[in-house]
Amino acid sequence: MNSKKHLLAAPYAAWAAIFIIVPLGMILYYGLTDKSGSFTLENLLAIASPGHARSLWRSVWLSLISTAVCFLLAYPLAMILAGKKGRNGSFIILIFILPMWMNFLLRTLAWQTLLEKTGVINSILAFLGLPALKIINTPSAIVLGMVYNFLPFMVLPLYNALSKIDENVIHAAKDLGANKIQTFFRIILPLSVPGIISGITMVFVPALTTFVISTLLGGSKVLLIGNIIEQEFTQAGNWHLGSGLSIVLMVFILINMVVTALFDKEE
Amino acid sequence: MKKRCFVLFIICFVFLAAGCGAGEQNDNVVIVYNWGEYVDPEVLELFEAETGIRVIYDEFETNETMFPKVEAGAAEYDVVCPSDYMISKMIQKDMLMELDMEHLPNAQQNIGTQYWQQSEGFDPGNRYSVPYCWGTVGILYNKTMVEEPITSWAQLWDEKYRDEILMQDSVRDAFMVAEKLYGYSMNTTSEQELLAARDALIRQKPLVQAYVVDQVRDKMIGGEAAIGVIYSGEAIYTQYENNSLEYVIPEEGTNVWIDSWVILKNAPHKENAERFIDFMCRGDIALKNFEYITYSTPNEAAKAMIEDEAVRNSPIAFPDLSRYDNLETYIYLGEEGDALYNELWKEVKTY
Repeated sequence: MNSKKHLLAAPYAAWAAIFIIVPLGMILYYGLTDKSGSFTLENLLAIASPGHARSLWRSVWLSLISTAVCFLLAYPLAMILAGKKGRNGSFIILIFILPMWMNFLLRTLAWQTLLEKTGVINSILAFLGLPALKIINTPSAIVLGMVYNFLPFMVLPLYNALSKIDENVIHAAKDLGANKIQTFFRIILPLSVPGIISGITMVFVPALTTFVISTLLGGSKVLLIGNIIEQEFTQAGNWHLGSGLSIVLMVFILINMVVTALFDKEE
Repeated sequence: MKKRCFVLFIICFVFLAAGCGAGEQNDNVVIVYNWGEYVDPEVLELFEAETGIRVIYDEFETNETMFPKVEAGAAEYDVVCPSDYMISKMIQKDMLMELDMEHLPNAQQNIGTQYWQQSEGFDPGNRYSVPYCWGTVGILYNKTMVEEPITSWAQLWDEKYRDEILMQDSVRDAFMVAEKLYGYSMNTTSEQELLAARDALIRQKPLVQAYVVDQVRDKMIGGEAAIGVIYSGEAIYTQYENNSLEYVIPEEGTNVWIDSWVILKNAPHKENAERFIDFMCRGDIALKNFEYITYSTPNEAAKAMIEDEAVRNSPIAFPDLSRYDNLETYIYLGEEGDALYNELWKEVKTY
């Protein structure tokens, strides 16, 4: 029995080995060596150089903002959806994830066309005699792109967590005299923490590592750490530095996961 | 149990390896790696129809993105079309195959002598490359959006044009602009001069709308920006689309470049590659390409066949280079020079 179970896991084990373990090993190898192949920590310490530190800080900051905005937008929506039992709810969810059927690059390019100086939104604003919207090629445009692209990753886990809450628990709270606000903060919010945590992780991690959104909506003026790493590989041809910076970024993602996990336990 | 897993791994790896090894080696193909929108697609179809060789076509955006991919052998290519300094880098790294001019009669016959001479600068003896397109880097501006004619790189630092400037997102072209601003050579490796150039670019950054490469063309046509740094070849096309655009070679001088066909040393289809290059040098084919991409052709036969006299004598498409005494061609600056430029460019971009 046991061996059969193992056998079933073999395809995934092979997958994991080839596409996760081996690449990770290669990144570690490149990140911890220099061009001559000898061990060095320089590629990791390079994160402290002003340019790298600035873009890492910028990435963390913009991802935090995006995650917060996603959370604030998604939570009420998820609550409404969870309240609508049955077909209505799933129809709205369908509408919500419909844009995800389109290619991510196309959607981001569409935002470029919308936000451009002579773009769709500004043409409409100009027609109505309103002042132009100047956010293309700024950090705000990048946050907008992140929120737009990653919002479904926040809504779905929240919706899942909220719809699993037993309604009897909420009724019980009400019976015991809790008002709506008390019920929310003492019952619903704590019970949805697992959803919050996976939502935060699923938004924060891709936002922290993205380089496409910042290139397309930031006009290559606002460089994130993902752009730096991408350019080390594709342009500067320095795999060692690119890998070293990737390791640092992974550490940041791990920190994020540890912090959220701790928060989870406390609750 | 563990053993069985191990065996499975081995099997997987063997299959993967076999999958990689098989490839298309026996197929009659040529794999071309060229700049984006740098050939008339019809020309590729003609080549396929005439020779029966299937073209596998791939594109890059800058020399810098092309090089690591070719160097790492991430994909097999036969023919590549890099610029001057990049060709000299590839020659130094022993990545190119020496061409047999006997197999390239069209190239010998049709490419003008002056372009072969110009190529000697990066390919001494013309042993590795065949010129495909050439041009200058200049400023494209929208006459309706500027107050006075643009004549100088210095105007890219004018506060008036805040958010109206498009810079090239390519390290050598961006630095060239700042170096020329100060009258330095665009091939300088002097740290002092480069730091000054970096500071100038950082100072310029708040005025820049975006750093782009191929998008300069569409953004200028659409009136998204007033001033853009662009390759001369794009200028003619953009003027067709929007006649308020004007191209100028700034008075401080600029870069004159050649993009040439080369064959990689480890090219799997060398003969097909030669046939492809020679086909591209045929007068009628070069003309077709010129009409489609509007980049200056070094092909004399094609130039003679251009019907529109205005285009044939256009100072943008075929400028008289002897009129300028401050044009330079990029040269390869060595590993250290490259690293320094990359580092400083990164400092500009992350600022």
